[in-house]
Amino acid sequence: MSAPLVHGYEVVIGFETHAQLSTQSKIFSRASTAFGAEPNTQACAVDLALPGTLPVMNKGAVERAIQLGLALGSHIAERSIFARKNYFYPDLPKGYQISQFEIPVVQGGEVSFFLEQGKETLHKTVRLVRAHLEEDAGKSLHEDFIGQSGIDLNRAGTPLLEIVTEPDMRSSAEAVAYAKELHKIVTWIGICDGNMQEGSFRCDANVSVRKPGAPLGTRREIKNLNSFKFMQQAIDYEVRWQIEQLEDGHAIQQATVLFNPDTGETRAMRTKEDAADYRYFPDPDLPPLVIGRDWVERVRSEMAELPRVMAERFVTQYGLPEYDATQLTQSKAMAAYFEAAAKACGQAKLASNWVMGDVSRFSNAFKGGSFENLPVHPSQLGALITRIVDNTISNNAAKEVFDELWSPKWQPSGYNVTDITFGLVDALIDAKGLKQMNDSGELEKIIDEVLAANPKNVQEFKAGNAKALNGLVGPIMKASKGKANPAQVNALLLKKLD
Amino acid sequence: MSLTPADIQRLAQLSRLSFDPSSSQRMLAGLNDFFAIVEQMREVDTSGVVPMAHPIDAMPLEALAQHAPSAPEGMALRLRDDAVSEPNQRDANQRSAPAVERGLFLVPKVIE
Amino acid sequence: MSDLHTLGVAQLSALLQNKDISAVELATRMLARLGGNPHHAFLSVDSEVTLAQAKAADARLTAGDTSPLLGVPIAHKDIFVTTDFPTTAGSRMLEGYRSPFNATVVQRLGDAGMVSLGKLSCDEFAMGSANENVAVPSAHPQAVTNPWDVSRIPGGSSGGSAAAVAACLTPAATGTDTGGSIRQPAAFCGITGIKPTYGRASRYGMVAFASSLDQAGPMARSAEDCALLLSAMCGPDLDRDSTSLDVKAEDFSRDLNQPLKGLRVGVPNEFFADGLAADVRGAVDAALESLRSQGATLVPIALPRTSLSIPVYYIIAPAEASSNLSRFDGVKFGHRAKDFTDLADMYEKTRSEGFGEEVKRRIMIGSYVLSHGYYDAYYLQAQKIRRMIADDFQRAFASCDVIAGPVAPTVAWKLGDKSNDPLANYLADIFTLPASLAGLPGMSIPVGFGEGGLPVGMQLMGNYLQEAKLLNVAHQFQLATDHHLKTPVGAA
Repeated sequence: MSAPLVHGYEVVIGFETHAQLSTQSKIFSRASTAFGAEPNTQACAVDLALPGTLPVMNKGAVERAIQLGLALGSHIAERSIFARKNYFYPDLPKGYQISQFEIPVVQGGEVSFFLEQGKETLHKTVRLVRAHLEEDAGKSLHEDFIGQSGIDLNRAGTPLLEIVTEPDMRSSAEAVAYAKELHKIVTWIGICDGNMQEGSFRCDANVSVRKPGAPLGTRREIKNLNSFKFMQQAIDYEVRWQIEQLEDGHAIQQATVLFNPDTGETRAMRTKEDAADYRYFPDPDLPPLVIGRDWVERVRSEMAELPRVMAERFVTQYGLPEYDATQLTQSKAMAAYFEAAAKACGQAKLASNWVMGDVSRFSNAFKGGSFENLPVHPSQLGALITRIVDNTISNNAAKEVFDELWSPKWQPSGYNVTDITFGLVDALIDAKGLKQMNDSGELEKIIDEVLAANPKNVQEFKAGNAKALNGLVGPIMKASKGKANPAQVNALLLKKLD
Repeated sequence: MSLTPADIQRLAQLSRLSFDPSSSQRMLAGLNDFFAIVEQMREVDTSGVVPMAHPIDAMPLEALAQHAPSAPEGMALRLRDDAVSEPNQRDANQRSAPAVERGLFLVPKVIE
Repeated sequence: MSDLHTLGVAQLSALLQNKDISAVELATRMLARLGGNPHHAFLSVDSEVTLAQAKAADARLTAGDTSPLLGVPIAHKDIFVTTDFPTTAGSRMLEGYRSPFNATVVQRLGDAGMVSLGKLSCDEFAMGSANENVAVPSAHPQAVTNPWDVSRIPGGSSGGSAAAVAACLTPAATGTDTGGSIRQPAAFCGITGIKPTYGRASRYGMVAFASSLDQAGPMARSAEDCALLLSAMCGPDLDRDSTSLDVKAEDFSRDLNQPLKGLRVGVPNEFFADGLAADVRGAVDAALESLRSQGATLVPIALPRTSLSIPVYYIIAPAEASSNLSRFDGVKFGHRAKDFTDLADMYEKTRSEGFGEEVKRRIMIGSYVLSHGYYDAYYLQAQKIRRMIADDFQRAFASCDVIAGPVAPTVAWKLGDKSNDPLANYLADIFTLPASLAGLPGMSIPVGFGEGGLPVGMQLMGNYLQEAKLLNVAHQFQLATDHHLKTPVGAA
């Protein structure tokens, strides 16, 4: 099923994403890549392009390119070439960027994800053209200086992977879903920290529109989208703008545009007239990059299971619905947490519910959504679930125990995933007196008392109004101080009223 | 293949150079003289020849092998370990900078 | 020891080791000769720095250090960045620039204990064949003069280095050779110089002109001295230069005394065609005859694409240069225009003021041949012919051990003769360009004199990594002849 048209036009989107690689040092120099340092304290002679300096390649950057290629099913080139992209800009110290042009390190590949479209959940695949290694530029700062800009070259030389897609996307929603999936993959495999606020993951969207069946329209490029929310807004605005232009009889001029989050509009940048002529040529300071197959195989063998593969495994191994599997594989840490809890109690669906529910709520409230170093260890969650399943406590009581578990005084240091320590959970159950009343004798006494005190409900129920039962369950639970097992209450009530 | 004044203007713009009219004319004449001798090169039949971006590319491996302890596939890009070893040398590095304030290189305002 | 300044590196080292003279005394004597900057050879001198280095060398000598270059004076082409002297690369763009680090080659010679007398003049950014393109000091730039005839050019771009060595202002100098810039000035000034195989000497710290062609090399008054210097200069610089060959450092003096018997000397007919001046031909022919009498065989060979090397080089080198020089933008270092309206204006004014005419010309050529639409026809085509030229050499080396021929078609021309004729300068590079393009080692040795008493040089080219063989041939030739021992009037 194809994406919905916008005012009769088909939307065509391709992405170029720049992912900053998580190396310690820069791609061509030994200066640090750490974020937030004082200006130009992490810009060494090579980064500043001082006369006589030369580039030396960082193995960690190459290794991360290999990892990305493997994660996306791409071809890893045995031999790839670095080329100079020549243009003048103050944040580009050499007056050229070392990048890759004709022969990139990663070729082809694809990214698959699920997309909600109307009432359907579609499986989508976006094809990659290539991914190549290149260096990041520095930064210009404009506030604080009147009529001038301050250039900080700390960022110059940070390794980037530029990931380029075919124009396969047909809606802003699809584009954002792609970007989110790519973001998940690069952070999952650990090649990029994914911190969009700090500029670790920047997307450029190439957007054009056309009538279905017509040739591709002229595209405009929206640069530097660094939030998913703005991404969707920007693309939507751009699409509407282009359609309006075409409907008014104007042709679309190729341009680079910036999105203004305050106005919600895209606006063409001052044209850099020679933007089209970068005079690419192979960089004579860098021999060809050779990647042997044994290196690729070694990286492959050391790579963690990829999110989509893991999600499929959760479906087959644990019988989870696809929705759960996708949610749980949002991050490596979340998936690991779930799997540890599931293994501990053998109740995968319940573990999934708790992780997607209460645990996520806590993580979002106190850990910025991260599942790293959570105070409640998965084995504790496993123990808790076990006590629900064996009827020791009700679901509500379990929530009480869970909340208590988050407080610091209960946290043991270190834990063994396969060893469920019931000690802590049981202690809390006892301390709070949350044990369910499973003794039917005492329960029957309470039920008899409540039935006697509520003759009207009994009458109505016997008259055929099933809902009248609810009016009885409440007082029973109250009288039992919440310890009655609801299932047992229902069963006994029905027996007595029969 | 003669260059025109428009070419000179385009190339000057690409190279961030500016010429007054007489220098521009001189440059045009000089470049055209030069490209006249280049024409003979363009007629050479180079079909099937792999371009040589690097002399190292052309060095016979046996020659290198004799002298090099370990250079199996000739000259491939050497890779260094990912380690930080450049300390902060901002003052020394900025000693010859034309305009610096609070550690930043100052330039006329960059308009996006 | 009144003729101290005429002694070579090896001889001075012996005196220093023998404690016949101290490094400080020697440095003082050499500095005294630099008054008035003879031949305008130097761009930067600082006696305090020099004497401090000499003092340190003396301490090492006293401690019994027997390094062969310890305490011997040297001067560096101003294309190498140094921490204790400014570096200009002959250009207003870098006037007053102080590098925070030393070029690897400079560091290695310094670590070997050599004492730096200062920085030597060169054509701006190493672009030129006459050292007339030097643009500093900006108030009053002076072309370097040839010590054999001060109305003539010394050659370029290492003109200052060649003149300083020939005039005995320094026993040795570093130079760089991209298209012949060591070999040609060595020939014009009657001294010995060698450009090693591409990748032998680190390019880290050499202000880049053409990255796939630039190479550092020594210039001195004998092959024996060049061998000593080359050994210290060369060696892998794996941490800083990705094009540095990972081959073991060599003692290039080891084969100096091999006899020439059985040596096959290839003589390319293209190097002896009509364009070659009679006086040069005469001196080179005599030198070849001398080699023959020492046991070598002369073998005619063909290097059919010799003349093509001119357009090929003058496309590739400017292409790389146009990119390498983009870093000079007035932002981080170097010249910045005083008045400008905005960023674009700042770039244009800075670069137009900072670069000389020849540099601008090459940047323009480079931008053109790399331009969209022209790349295949020019740059790519040139790189293909480059490979064909390299292959031609391999074919030739099947039948010979070294190749010999003239360095330049004429002896040094008069100052001003070709300064308005860039093309004439390019055409005169015909014999040195092929070895540069192929990345092969090449040497120039003095073999006599031509018109007006100007020196003639003969070029020796070897296969990759064959510097020891070249130095051997040169040394044996110098044992049998005395051209290299002659010094110009005023130098002695």
